[in-house]
Formats: sequence, structure tokens, C-alpha cells
Amino acid sequence: MAFLQVDGLDAWYGKTQVLFGCDITLDEGGVIAVLGANGAGKTTLLRALSGMVRRQGRIVIDGTPADQLSPEAVVRLGVAHVPEGRGTFGRLTVEENLRLAAIIRKDAAGVRRDFTRVYDYFPRLHERRSQQAGTLSGGEQQMLAIGRALMLAPKLMLLDEPSFGLAPQVRRDIFLILKDISRSSGVSMLVVEQNAALALDLASHAYLLETGRIVLSGTADSFLADDTVRRTYLGY
Amino acid sequence: MELLLQQIIAGLATGGIYACFALAVVMIYQAIDHFNFAQGEMAMFSTYVAWQLMAWGLSFWLAFGLTFVFSLVMGAFLYLVVLKPVQNASALSQIVAFIALMCIFNSLAGTIWDYSVKPFPSPFPETALFGALVTGHDLGMIAVTLIMLAGVFYFFKFSTLGLAMRAAAQNPESAQLCGVRVQMMTALGWALAAAIGSVAGMMVAYKVFLEPNMMYSIILYGFAAAIVGGLDSPAGAVAGGFLLGVVENLTGVYVPGGSELKLTFALLLIVVVLMFKPTGLFGHRVVKRV
Amino acid sequence: MTRQARTDKSFPAAGGQPAAAPEELAILGIGLPAWNRLLLVAGLVALVVLPFLVEGFTTFQMTQVAIYAIAILGLNLLTGYNGQFSLGHSAFFAVGAYTAAIAMNHFGLPYLLTLPLAAVISFLVGFAFGFPALRLEGLYLALATFMLAIAAPQLLKFSLFEPLTGGAQGLVLMRPEAPAFTGLDDDQWLYFISVIVMLALFWLSGNLIRYRIGRAIMAIRDNPLVASALGINTPLYKTVMFGISAAYTGVAGALSAMVVGFVAPDSFNFLLSVALLVGVVVGGIASMRGAIFGGFFILYIPTVAESFADVFSKGLSWAAYGVLLLAVIYVMPSGISGLIDAVIRRIAQPKQAPRRTDPAADVATAGPGPSNREKK
Repeated sequence: MAFLQVDGLDAWYGKTQVLFGCDITLDEGGVIAVLGANGAGKTTLLRALSGMVRRQGRIVIDGTPADQLSPEAVVRLGVAHVPEGRGTFGRLTVEENLRLAAIIRKDAAGVRRDFTRVYDYFPRLHERRSQQAGTLSGGEQQMLAIGRALMLAPKLMLLDEPSFGLAPQVRRDIFLILKDISRSSGVSMLVVEQNAALALDLASHAYLLETGRIVLSGTADSFLADDTVRRTYLGY
Repeated sequence: MELLLQQIIAGLATGGIYACFALAVVMIYQAIDHFNFAQGEMAMFSTYVAWQLMAWGLSFWLAFGLTFVFSLVMGAFLYLVVLKPVQNASALSQIVAFIALMCIFNSLAGTIWDYSVKPFPSPFPETALFGALVTGHDLGMIAVTLIMLAGVFYFFKFSTLGLAMRAAAQNPESAQLCGVRVQMMTALGWALAAAIGSVAGMMVAYKVFLEPNMMYSIILYGFAAAIVGGLDSPAGAVAGGFLLGVVENLTGVYVPGGSELKLTFALLLIVVVLMFKPTGLFGHRVVKRV
Repeated sequence: MTRQARTDKSFPAAGGQPAAAPEELAILGIGLPAWNRLLLVAGLVALVVLPFLVEGFTTFQMTQVAIYAIAILGLNLLTGYNGQFSLGHSAFFAVGAYTAAIAMNHFGLPYLLTLPLAAVISFLVGFAFGFPALRLEGLYLALATFMLAIAAPQLLKFSLFEPLTGGAQGLVLMRPEAPAFTGLDDDQWLYFISVIVMLALFWLSGNLIRYRIGRAIMAIRDNPLVASALGINTPLYKTVMFGISAAYTGVAGALSAMVVGFVAPDSFNFLLSVALLVGVVVGGIASMRGAIFGGFFILYIPTVAESFADVFSKGLSWAAYGVLLLAVIYVMPSGISGLIDAVIRRIAQPKQAPRRTDPAADVATAGPGPSNREKK
């Protein structure tokens, strides 16, 4: 049974239709990557899954139909969306950012455990926990965004370009941590990326989005072997 | 020296009024990331409601409580009915909506309760203290302000609801992704701001008397105090209110022409503070990135 | 791609979708640019003949509309095009009005010369205020300017300045008389002066917006950080814009002093600032013709509201005004100017194309409105 099942998803940005009949399957604990150029509709796909844009089609998350739900309700299904631009609350402290992400949870002990876990993954955040989040560097803000997602105790993480605007070293660190999260906690992940090499290393399956349509899908290995993908998205 | 001390004490008493309103301003700013220019008129209207309840024979504290509840409802109602439809419009359109609210409240109060000046009772003993410069009411008012400050501070700093409200105001979309019900938070912020404003109104009405235009300059000082103190700092806003009261009093006494130009000096003070500390005396600076 | 059977010379068959280019739209077979010229000429003719068709009081009111339009345009240059708030433009209006009054009364300056003088002095005051304003953004600036609006009447009443300003009593000045050769009465003469000044200032700001400085100030409005990264001298432009904006409003103030023949501190209170801001928003932010609609709105709508309110109670006229304001921003979020654009888009047809049966099909697709709650 797939954890996330999407069939024939259309989505709009304002009055413009951006997605056309997308089908996506993500198994429980699996990691898939959605690749595509700028403007292919990657961000809109995630926003459609979260209920932040007008959409039509079938979305089932963890057995629950989700295509009519508000963003707040989708979150309560265990979906953590790490948005484009990282969604940091600039005037809240780092710790408050993390606390905020846990407000819908009732298990105080679990929240405490997750605080430790986030600070273990990202010691930098612990150093800066009482600093305003707006003063963090780009990489630290991405760490905070992932940390916020973890504080939701998610079953599914939607990651919107986690490598965007980061230095190569930071990028690698972040993806190593994502790999570890996926392995150790069994959370499912949908990663949207322009950096295909990083994404295909993390994911087992991949989809290629072109002007709002899924034009290719398969295992990450088959993507790496595909000449067109290699030339266009991997650059060798 | 004694005169100076007396003037400072008198200034603190006036400052209490400004501090009260500055707190209400900070509250709404935290909740909607915006000023509500109609806040003074809303507080004025609430104060009239309290006056009416007392005119019907209720005790001060009962009227106070009922007015507080009425204001909570009024605040949420105004947000849901008037402001929510324009929340995606430009900031300027929203300011016009506030101006419209100001006109409506002022005119309604004048029509319902007429424009004559009405006395408003104080729940505190009217004994004069410190050479008649401060009354029991002043002290009571300052105490009420400080209690509200403690409440607001606790609410924003430690309560989950307060945290959610700040988040909803700063970045509504991201707050939604954390499961915060943004509309509800904003409505609640309006409700609380209206209620705090009503308390401020009921506290100052004894001193300035009740009339539809009573808030015209007070709310201005409230905004000024909040800005001087720092919009994200309730304690700073209250301190700013007291500071403004003292400065106003001292310029009135010691600066030639000062009594005529009180507001002008207040303006100067604000401009000077903002020149050196653009986020207010106690505000936090946020670094902006492209 | 197949080419359309009938080709339009001015349209180089870009993808075979003739409806896409806005300049190809037409109403009743006349292209939009032609309509623009036509309406401009019609408007100018109307401006010229109007004072001969209506009575003196209406001419006087039209003069005031022109004056408000100038002031609103000035505020719009700052708010609409440069993204800086001001609730303090009543103060600049006062500076202009008092400059004219004092120059005429105390120094015997001919009234026409007071206009450039008012412009210069208001510019300097605005420029000076623009410096501290530089460090302020958004709400902080709104508040500082708000204080300016409140402080202005106090300063004008200040006893030390009384010999010059006339204190709380204000100054009465000689209304300019129409020169005999024109054959106009005084109202008509002042009307023409105001309208000519208005047209000149509109023309000037049109040029200002179109050229380099205009692009720079709009870049500053849209993203100050990027603008300064691109090497635009943000502080200088912002301060200069404050000055120019103040100068426009000051000229309006000077004209108003002449037309009314009287200046007093309390006519330049905060409510005037509010009225101007309402004019900007109702007319249309960052729209030049919107300034004229705004002028009409702030002159006439309070009267309209009063007559509505009379049905219930006289005291409710301001409440009616408030409700009208709310109605305007609900129905026309981008002002009267924006509404007109929307209507034009709705009724305009692609030139020479067959008429469509469904007018709604022509409405341009628009994204969601700009959200002021977006965070940096």
C-alpha cells in the first residue's frame, strides 16, 4: 500500500493551470525525487499536495483522501512541507521556530526527544537557539527548516529545493542528514530538486516534470542511465 | 529640584495613559503585523459601552468585565467582517479601511451618545498624593497597565497560543504549514487588541473625560510610545509611554514655548530615537537578506 | 505553425494568436491608442468650455478638484511610485499655502510668482524631512509623517511665529483678480490658472516616471535591497522624491490659499492628510489620471454621504462616508483607475476580429492580487 498516491492531479497558480494530470506513487518509507527545470511546476506540485493552491484530482495520504483538505488539516495527517524559501519566522528565535512546529503535538516526551534529535543533527542550531532566526545564514535557515519539519514528527516530508542557494559543502551535509533521517526514522520523502545529481543519490525513484506534465518516471538508476536526463539535468 | 521631581511624577502619571495604549498597539502589531489606526476609536466606543452599562446601574467592575467581553467580540467581528475581505489588498487599501472604521465609530458614538463631554468614574480612591500631583487613580491606572503588561508578556513569550499568533502574523503561509489556523489567530489577535484597548479607554476616560474625540491625540502618543519603545517589545512600549509622558511634562515646564509645542517636541523625540535606533529603544533588529 | 489566412500588417503573426497583444484591442472598431488620444482631446475641450457652462460655485469647486488632484499626484509620486507612506502631506500643503500667503501679504510678491516659490520651499522642507525619513520604513515612516501632520498646525499657531503666520487667526489674502483683457470673472481666471498648473505638473510627472529616475524609484519601491545592489543611489532618490512630492503638494497648497483667499492652521490638520491618502487609494495607486478621480472623490463624496445619512440621522454622515469608503475598496481594490482598465479589458475586442458572443472570454487572466502580508 502506497503511503502517498496521486492520480490525475491538475493544479492552478492563480488562473493559470500549471499541472496537468500528474500521477505519483510513494511507498511508505520511500524517497522519490521530482526533477525539472525552473517553472516546470515542481513547487506547485508540492503546494497542491499541501492544499495551498487550487487543485483537482485524487490525492490519498496514508489512506485518507486529502484533495479537499486545508493546509492545516494536511499537516495533521503527518505531512511536513519544507517550503521554497524555507519559511523561516525571522523575528522568532530559533528555539521558538522549533517549538512552533510542535504545537499540534500532544506527546510532550516525544517533543523533548525531537528537540534533542534536531540539535544533534544540527549543533549550529543549538548554539544559536536564542538568536532571531532572521539573522541566520542561508544554510542555517535550511537546517532550521528541516528541523522544523522534524519537530512535526512527520510521516511524509515534502522538500522544496533543499539545496537551493547553498554552498557545495553545506549542500552535501544537508543531503547526508536527509539520508540519515530517511534511514533511521522511516519517514517517506518527496524531494523536488534542480540539482539532479544530489536528488538521485538520495531517492530510489524519480519523476521528470516538464511544463506541468510528468514525462518520465522510473528508478533513480534508470534516470542516471538515461542519456537525455543525463545531458539535460546532470550536465555530463 | 523638588519641582523637577514633582514634574517627573506628574509625567509618569500622564505617561501611564500612553503606556496603556502603547500596549494595545503592540498587541495588534504582533497579531496582524500592522497598525490599526482605528484602535483609538474602537477603544472610545468600548468606553461608551461601559458608560452606558453604568448608566443602567451596573457597578464599575461589572461594567468593566462586560465591556471587556464585548470588546473581544467586537474585535473578532471587525476582523472577520471588515478586514478579512481586504487582507490581500494593498497595505494602503487596508489603511483606508482603518480610516473608514475611524469615521464609522466616531460618527456612531456621536449619534448614539451625543457629542457632549461626559464624566467617567474611577474605581480607585481619589485621594491626592505627592503634593496633589498624583491621585489614587493614577496609581491604580499604572498598576492596571503593569498587570496587563505582565499578562501580554507572558502570553507572547511563553504560551503556545501567543507563539502561534506571532507566527501567523509574521509568515501566514509558513504558519499554516506548521498547522496553525491562521485566520483564527488573527481574529483572536484583533479580539485581544480591542479588549486591551477597551481597558485603556476605561482607565483614561476618568482623566480626559468621555467624548467621541477623546482618543484623537492619546492614540497618537500611544503609537509614538510603541514605536519609541519598539513594536515587538511590550515592555519597551510601556517604558516608551512613561518616557513620553515625562518628556512632555518637562518640556512643557522647562523649554520656552514648550507648552505650546508639546506635540512638536514629541515628534522630535521620536525622530531622534528612530534616527539612532530605527527599531525603537527596546526593539530587536532583523537582518534582511535579498 | 500555420499562418492565419488574413494577416494584419501591424501584427507579425506571432504564433497565430491575434488577441494577445493589448495594442491590437479595439472598442467599436477604434483602437485603444486612438481612444486615448480622443479622450484626451475631449477632456481638454471639456476643461476649457466647462467654466462657461456652469455657475460660479461649480467653477470654484472644479478649481478645488484640480488643486486636490495636484496634491494627490504629489502624494502618489511618493506612495504609489516610490512605496513610501506619508500621512503628513497636509503639512506640505500648509507650507505651500503659508508661503504664498506670507509672500503676498508681507512681501507683496505677485501671486503667480508665489507658485514657484512655494514649490521651492516645500521641496526644501520635504527634502529635509526626507533625510530622517530615509532611516524609516513602512509603518515607522507612516507614524513620523503622521506626527508631522499633527505638529504642523501647532507650529503655525506658535506665538513666536505669530507676526508672520497670524497665529490661530490665520491670514486673509487678496484673491487674485482676472486681468481685464481676458474677459473672465475671478472664479474662471483662478480655474484656468489651476488647471494649467495641473496640466503642466501632470506632464512633468509623466516624464519623470517614464525616464531613468522613474525606473529607479520604482525599482526602489519593488525591492530596495536589490535596487541598492544594482547601484541605484537609493537614499538620494528617496530623499529627492520626498522633496518633489512635497513640492507638488506645496504648489497645490499655494493655489488653494489664493482660491480660498484665507489660510488658517486648522484647515491643514491630519484630516487633510487622510483625505489626500484616500484620494490616492480611491483614484488608483500609481495612476496619474487616478489623481483626478481622487480629487473628485474627496470633494464630493462627503456631500454624497451626508445626503445618504440624512435619511436616518444627520450625525451619521461620517459613518456613511466610512461605509462608502469600505464599499469602494471592496468593489474597486485598485481604485477607480483600475476599475476603468478592467472595464476596458472586458469590452474591448481584438481589432477586426469577429465579435465574440461571450464577453467574459476576453477578460485577461490575472494572478492573485499583491499580498501585503508577504514577508521578506
